[in-house]
Amino acid sequence: MTDVLDRTDDRTAPQKDARTRLKIIDCDIHPSLRSVDDLNAFLPKRWQEHLKTFGSHIRNPFTSTTPYPRSSPLLSRRDSWPPTGGRPGSDLAFMQKQHLDPFDVEFGILQVLDLGVLSQVNLEFGAALQHAINEWQYEFFARPDPRLKPSILVGQDDPVAAVAEIERCAALGRHVQINIAPRANEPLGRRKYWPIYAAAEAAGLPIGMHTGGYGGHAPTSSGWPSFYNEEHHSNAHSMAAMLSSIVIEGVPERFPKLKFVVIEGGFGWVPAITWRMDQHFERFRSEVPHLKRKPSDYVRESFWFSTQPSEEPDNAKHLRSVLEWIGIDRLLFASDYPHWDFDDPRFAFKTPLTEAERKQLFNSNARAVYKFD
Amino acid sequence: MTRHVAAKTSDIPPGGNKVVTVGGREIVIFHVNGEFFALLNRCPHEGAPLSHAACVAHLSSSEPGEFKRSRIGELLRCPWHGWEFDMRTGQSYFDPVHTKARSYPVIITPGGELAEGPYVAETFPVTVDESYVLVDV
Amino acid sequence: MQIDCDVHPGLEGTRTTLLPYLDDHWKEQVVSRAIDGLDLQSYPPSMPLCCRPDWRPKKGKPGSDFEQFKAQALDGFGSQIAICNVLYGAQAVHDPYMALGFCRAINDWIAAEWLSRDPRFRASIVIPLQAPDLAIEEIERLANDHRFVSILVLAQGEDLLGRRQYWPIYKVAERHNLPLAIHAGSQYRMAPSSIGWPSYRYEYYLAESQAFQSQLLSLILEGVFGKFPKLKVVLMESGVSWLPAFMWRANKTWKGVRVEVPWVERPPADIMRDHVRLTTQPFDSPPDRAGVEQLIEQIGSDKMLLFSTDYPHWQFDGEEPVPPHIPASIAKRMCADNPLETFPRLQTTA
Repeated sequence: MTDVLDRTDDRTAPQKDARTRLKIIDCDIHPSLRSVDDLNAFLPKRWQEHLKTFGSHIRNPFTSTTPYPRSSPLLSRRDSWPPTGGRPGSDLAFMQKQHLDPFDVEFGILQVLDLGVLSQVNLEFGAALQHAINEWQYEFFARPDPRLKPSILVGQDDPVAAVAEIERCAALGRHVQINIAPRANEPLGRRKYWPIYAAAEAAGLPIGMHTGGYGGHAPTSSGWPSFYNEEHHSNAHSMAAMLSSIVIEGVPERFPKLKFVVIEGGFGWVPAITWRMDQHFERFRSEVPHLKRKPSDYVRESFWFSTQPSEEPDNAKHLRSVLEWIGIDRLLFASDYPHWDFDDPRFAFKTPLTEAERKQLFNSNARAVYKFD
Repeated sequence: MTRHVAAKTSDIPPGGNKVVTVGGREIVIFHVNGEFFALLNRCPHEGAPLSHAACVAHLSSSEPGEFKRSRIGELLRCPWHGWEFDMRTGQSYFDPVHTKARSYPVIITPGGELAEGPYVAETFPVTVDESYVLVDV
Repeated sequence: MQIDCDVHPGLEGTRTTLLPYLDDHWKEQVVSRAIDGLDLQSYPPSMPLCCRPDWRPKKGKPGSDFEQFKAQALDGFGSQIAICNVLYGAQAVHDPYMALGFCRAINDWIAAEWLSRDPRFRASIVIPLQAPDLAIEEIERLANDHRFVSILVLAQGEDLLGRRQYWPIYKVAERHNLPLAIHAGSQYRMAPSSIGWPSYRYEYYLAESQAFQSQLLSLILEGVFGKFPKLKVVLMESGVSWLPAFMWRANKTWKGVRVEVPWVERPPADIMRDHVRLTTQPFDSPPDRAGVEQLIEQIGSDKMLLFSTDYPHWQFDGEEPVPPHIPASIAKRMCADNPLETFPRLQTTA
C-alpha cells in the first residue's frame, strides 16, 4: 500500500512498516450534486419551483459562496475535478477510480453538505430538501456502489420534522447514521433537540455531527474573524463547545445507548476540554445534579471522533500521546475526500502504530460504531 | 544521475506543465517565465500530485495589508493542503531548509545536439528542429 | 521570590465603593438613576467558583476585605507581589463615556485603597474597549504610575482583539511596557461560542478556553505582534492544557492558507512562544504526572507560564497553588523569572 516516496524528512518512515493491505472504513466522504435537477425525482413540484426561484436561504450574506473564501475552488482538492465535468464528488465513477478503489475502501460514509441543507431558515423547505437528499444519496451513490453508506440528514432546528424523517429512513434500513449540524440555533445539548436523540436511540443509529451549519452565531464569542484561517480553526472550537453541551446538559446520561460521532473536527482539542470539564465539575456540580458521573466518563463511553483534519505536531511522540489520551478505540479514520485538507490514509498519522492499532483506527472501531456486520 | 530526454519544449505551453515518467519516477515539468523546472510529482507532505498545483506569485509582506508579489507563477500551492513550494528549488516557503519537494536539474537542448547521445530518450523520436527538456534524475 | 499574577480584589458596588472616585457628573447619574450592580454575569459573587469557602469574607463581596485578602493571598501563599485584576463590569456597559468614567473610578480606587496601602500590590489598568481613543486616554493618564503593570480586557468582547481598530491601544501599551492582559469573562455581546447560548454557567465557563484561542489567533494572524514586536499578551485564567493542540492546528492551517496573511512570517506557535504568557490557575491538568510532563514538553517553552492563585476564585483546595506535577524547573521559572520578564514595570519601584 505504501509507495516508497521521495522525501527529504523521515517523519513518515514508520508508515513503511505497514505490510498488510488493510481495508479502510472512511467515515467522511462528500458526494456532491451534479445538478439540482438530480433532486427532482425526490422533491415535490412545489419545492422544485421554490428551489429554482427563492432558492437556498441560509444565514450567509451571499447566495452562491461563503463569506470566508476557501483555500481552493469549492473547498476541494485541485485534482478532484472529474474529467467528464461536474463538481468534485459528483461523479461516482471518478470517486471510485481516484479514491475508493486505490485505498481499498471497504465502506465509505457519506456526508452531504450541499445547499446548506441542515441550515435552511425556511424549515419546511429544509425538511423537503433533506428528504430529497436522503433519497438522492442512496439512488446516486449507495445503491450503485454498496460500499457507500448514506446518512439521514435532518434539520435539527425543526425537531418534529427531523423525527419524522428519522423514522421514515430508519424503516428503510439503508442509512447508517443521523446527521445534524453542530452550528445550530442552540447548543445541541439543549432540550429542544432531545426528541431527535430519542428517535436516534430508538432507531439504534448513531448521531453524526459534521463540522458546519449556519446557526445564526458568529464563529467566535467576540464576533466575526477576518480570515478563512480563523474560521477554519473555529470549527474545532465549535466541536469542543458542542461536546461540552451534550455532556453537561445530560444527553448521554439520559440516552446512554446513543453514540455520538464528531466528524471533521479533528481531535487534538479533545483531551483538554475533557480535562477542563472534569477539573471544574466539583465547583459546578450543584448546578447540574442530573449528571451522575464525571464528564470524562460520558465522553469515553458515548463519543467517537473522526480523525480528519489530523493533527500534525512536529514530534511524532506528541501525536501518539494525544491518541492515547483520547483512546485509540474512539478514533475513526476519515479522509474528507474530496476536500482540500484531505487526509491520505497512508500518510495522515505520522506516528508509529501497531498493526492492531491500525486495524482499529482504519476499520474495526468504525465497524463497531456503525454495526457493519 | 542519468540525463533523460523528458519532453519537447513545444509540448509545454507557458504557464502549463507536463507529467512524464523518467528514470522510473513521475516528474512534472513546468514552463514559466521563459524557463523550465522539474520536480518529483509528489508533495512531500502527503503525496499530492504537484502537477495540479496552483501556480502563483511569490507572496511576501512587511506590513498587514501589504501584498508584495514577485516571480509570478513560480510558486506552487499544493493542490491539497496549499503548502507553497518554489518551483525553481523545490523549497517550501514556510520551512525552506527541512521541507522540500524534490527538484531536478533541467537543461534545454536543441534536437540537433541530442542525436549524438548519450542521453536516454523516452517515448518519442528526437527531431532536429525541436528543443527538448532534459532532466537529470 | 513569588509573584502572583492574577488576584481579584472585590468591590461592593458603584454607589458604594466607587462613588468617591467618580467625577461629579457620574456621581449624580449613579445616585439619581441608581446605577449599580455591575458584577459581571461571568462571575456572580455567590457562585462557588467565585470564592473558595474558606476565603469568603464574613460580609461583603468576595475579595473585598482588604485585611483578609492580604493575610490569605499574600502572607498565606508567601507571595511578595500580587497583580490585581478587577473584574467589575465597567468594560461591559454600552455607553463609552460611562465605561470610561467607571474604568477611571476602578483604577483610582485600586490605586488609593490597595496599591497605596500595601507595596506588594500591583494592578492592571481597566480600559474601555468600546472606544479605543478613550482607552488610550486612560492608559496615558496612568502610564507614569508604575504600580500599574498591564492593561486589562475581557476574553469575550465586541470584536476580536487583533482587529485594526485596537492597534492604537497596542502602540501605546507597547511604548509604556504594558502587556495586554486578557482575562476570562464576557461582555455578553454574543453567544459564548459559535454554537449558541448554553443553559448552564458551567458551560459558559468551559467556553472561556475557546474564547482565548479565538483571541490569540486574531492577534497573531492580524499581525499585531509583527507591528508591535515588544508587545506581550498574558492570558489570565484561561486553563492551560489546550495550548499545544492549539499551536499545532494554528501552524497547520497557516502553512496551507498563508496567502491570506503573508505578513505572518513565521509559524504561529513560534510567535506564541515569544509573545504569549499564561497564568497557571486553572491548569485543566492531564490526570497524571506523565501527562503533565508530556504537556509541558509539548508546550515547548519554559517561559510561558506565570504563577497565579486566582484568589479568591476557587480553583484548588489546600495550600499548594502550583498545579500538580509541574516539573521543578518550570515551577521555579514561573514564580518570578517569567513574571518579571513579562511585566517589565515590576522591576521599577512604585
